[in-house]
Amino acid sequence: MRPFIYAAAIMAALSAPAVAADYSIIAPAAPGGGWDQTARAMQDALQTEKISSSVQVTNVPGAGGTIGLAQFVNDSSGNANALIVGGYVMVGAILTNNSPVTLKDVTPIARLTGEYEAIVVPADSEIKTLADLVAKLKADPGSVSWGGGSAGGTDQIATGLIAKALGVDPTKINYVAFSGGGEALAAILGGQVTAGISSTSEFESQVASGGLRLLAVSAPQRIEGVDAPTLKESGVDVEIQNWRMVAAAPGITAEQEAAINADIEKMVKSAKWQELLKTRGWADTYLAGDAFKAQLDKDIAATSTILKDIGLVQ
Amino acid sequence: MNTFDLLAQGLLVAMQPMNLLYALIGVTLGTIVGVLPGIGPALTVALLLPVTYRLDPSGSLIMFAGIYYGGMYGGSTTSILLNTPGESASIVTALEGNKMARAGRGGPALATAAIGSFVAGLIATLLLAFLAPYVVAFAIKFSPADYFALMVLAFVTVSAAFGDSTLRGLTALMIGLTIGLIGLDQQTGQSRLTFGLRELTDGIEVTTLAVALFAVGEALSVAAAGKRAPDTIEAVKGSVWMTASDWKRSWKAWLRGTAIGFPIGAMPAGGAEIGTFLSYSTEKALTKHPEEFGKGAIEGVAGPEAANNASAAGTLVPLLTLGLPTSATAAIMLAGFQQFGLQPGPLLFTSNPQLVWGLIASLLVANFMLLVLNLPLVGLWVKLLTIPRPWLYAGILVFATLGTIGANPSPFELGALLVFGLLGYMLRRFGFPIAPVVVGLILGPMAETQLRRALQISRGDLTTLVASPISITLLTVALIALVLPIILRMRGRGQVLAQLASDED
Repeated sequence: MRPFIYAAAIMAALSAPAVAADYSIIAPAAPGGGWDQTARAMQDALQTEKISSSVQVTNVPGAGGTIGLAQFVNDSSGNANALIVGGYVMVGAILTNNSPVTLKDVTPIARLTGEYEAIVVPADSEIKTLADLVAKLKADPGSVSWGGGSAGGTDQIATGLIAKALGVDPTKINYVAFSGGGEALAAILGGQVTAGISSTSEFESQVASGGLRLLAVSAPQRIEGVDAPTLKESGVDVEIQNWRMVAAAPGITAEQEAAINADIEKMVKSAKWQELLKTRGWADTYLAGDAFKAQLDKDIAATSTILKDIGLVQ
Repeated sequence: MNTFDLLAQGLLVAMQPMNLLYALIGVTLGTIVGVLPGIGPALTVALLLPVTYRLDPSGSLIMFAGIYYGGMYGGSTTSILLNTPGESASIVTALEGNKMARAGRGGPALATAAIGSFVAGLIATLLLAFLAPYVVAFAIKFSPADYFALMVLAFVTVSAAFGDSTLRGLTALMIGLTIGLIGLDQQTGQSRLTFGLRELTDGIEVTTLAVALFAVGEALSVAAAGKRAPDTIEAVKGSVWMTASDWKRSWKAWLRGTAIGFPIGAMPAGGAEIGTFLSYSTEKALTKHPEEFGKGAIEGVAGPEAANNASAAGTLVPLLTLGLPTSATAAIMLAGFQQFGLQPGPLLFTSNPQLVWGLIASLLVANFMLLVLNLPLVGLWVKLLTIPRPWLYAGILVFATLGTIGANPSPFELGALLVFGLLGYMLRRFGFPIAPVVVGLILGPMAETQLRRALQISRGDLTTLVASPISITLLTVALIALVLPIILRMRGRGQVLAQLASDED
């Protein structure tokens, strides 16, 4: 009695025909989160564009995605129809949880989307610019409380990188973890913390309505339509994105890998996918093949260093 | 245009035949998934997202709203009849509701839950329509220290309900708190009490523990008692409907439940459970029939059921006004908005008033439909209890097991269900109350997180805990709640309290 049986029952009630699956995607998170949404967006695009006749999504939540990852590696080895969605948060979770299964055990296919981090303060804050925040941080790192997502995630890693770039001791950073960007947003709006750091889209509507002031984004260059400098141009040499990817099972042949790569590329270029990206506010940071694998290795190494510097990983 | 005109326009949108149909599909599905333990409204909405993409935005959001309200309501049915809470917000309902069902008063219990949910949903939706901007301004003012004070209040009032068997009550609470420690520490991401098992990193699922302790534990103890157990289940005694006295005792509880549930649901870190706990303690403190608590007091069903439905509407306050999802279902509804290119938040009320007001109006419609759908079913539901006991308990076990693996398809979860089921049996066997264990698991991690956040922000300064008027008020109320029973007890009313505590599960 797995959820998709109920799913099938509900879908059948709404007269969706049951067809054999071409792809089955594991979303290693509970319904509603970014990975789940990515998996379901893929399902939508692959089916609408007729790249695959039927795609099933299964949620295997837990431990920053490492439970789903372990199940995927154990059950799907050699299965060319099995895919898993993951992302940057998983890189950190594997390290902090000491997961025996890592991203080395899967076949990375492509980075699909990414979101840059935004640093915000409440509109009535005395901090007007990033320079003000930097000055406060340099004078007394602990006096700046940062509200962001869960411990060891992209948001906390970004604060660690910022501290290092400024020559501030990363262990002195006063990071307050909230379960997800939403709860953090409430604390930032309510002035409970000095500054907020999370994905740009989490703050978008509050910045537009004037509740929050956007100080900087962690992109390599200015983001179109976002009125804020990058960290780099403000003299803080940090660039980080919370990316999401798709990976295939271990033990598949080179031909199978190439076929999946072709399907994903077709999906990424499709009108449906581009439309989905637009409505969800996700940036297209598609990167495939060896270029992606090299970037992944770089990210893993950098994350491992910074988590040790912050003191989250021994 | 004023709020009334906008709401009237919204009602016109919601009353279109197709939208009515979506609302009907929504509440029906919602009730079904609410009844099944484990399959929550969040998963259902997630599964339906791709399907509804082909509908227009108002139609699909109306359907989601129906699922949300339906799910909140459906959870009470199994709590009352089978002692198997479908959602964590209906755990408290099982306390009195199931006792009522066994005493042949399942009909009134289901009816007060249905009508209470309707009344609470109605009032809370109207509050959402008229007061959302003000409520949210209050809700985000809550600092971690204030949340901590709220948790302290919840702890104190709930443990006060354990009465004179303080030692047993506190022992049970400590078991719950310890289970609550299992998993990743929220503030540092380090794992605690996981013994190297990755399945334990996210802690113990509240519904798994509740279903195990309540349903599995009870089935085991019935089986262990064998023929010695008195046959206590009586399907129907008296009317299936609520009597005049039931009405009289319920309506105030509905209103109080709504008043407690709505603001707490609107708080970004509130959640539906706390409202139900506080409502239960309030009813227990204010009732004119204290001797019935623990044996099936109708107020104990009416209040918490109203509270959980009111908090469902409360959750929509931060979602619509700030774009803040504060529950899993709200998070998916947010994805639903985004699917249509809408960004909930401060601008939604001005940029898409038609949609927002259509949604609010359809909540009113969905609420009404739920009542119409469920009241006639009450008579049918209570027939469940006429099933012979061995069959009934076998059915409950199957149901509990299916629900648990349905929510989390892993052998580990099933093992956890059985282990905690044994724990539930032992607790019953040695006369420990069950509810404090679940309360500890829910409140413990919340209180810890808020306390540590508060201290992290203040850099270890303890005075931050009493620095705001909100926290001072809440802590004062908690202190009164703690001291008052002691004074009453010293003045000789201990007998009543002791009796209350003796069969609290």
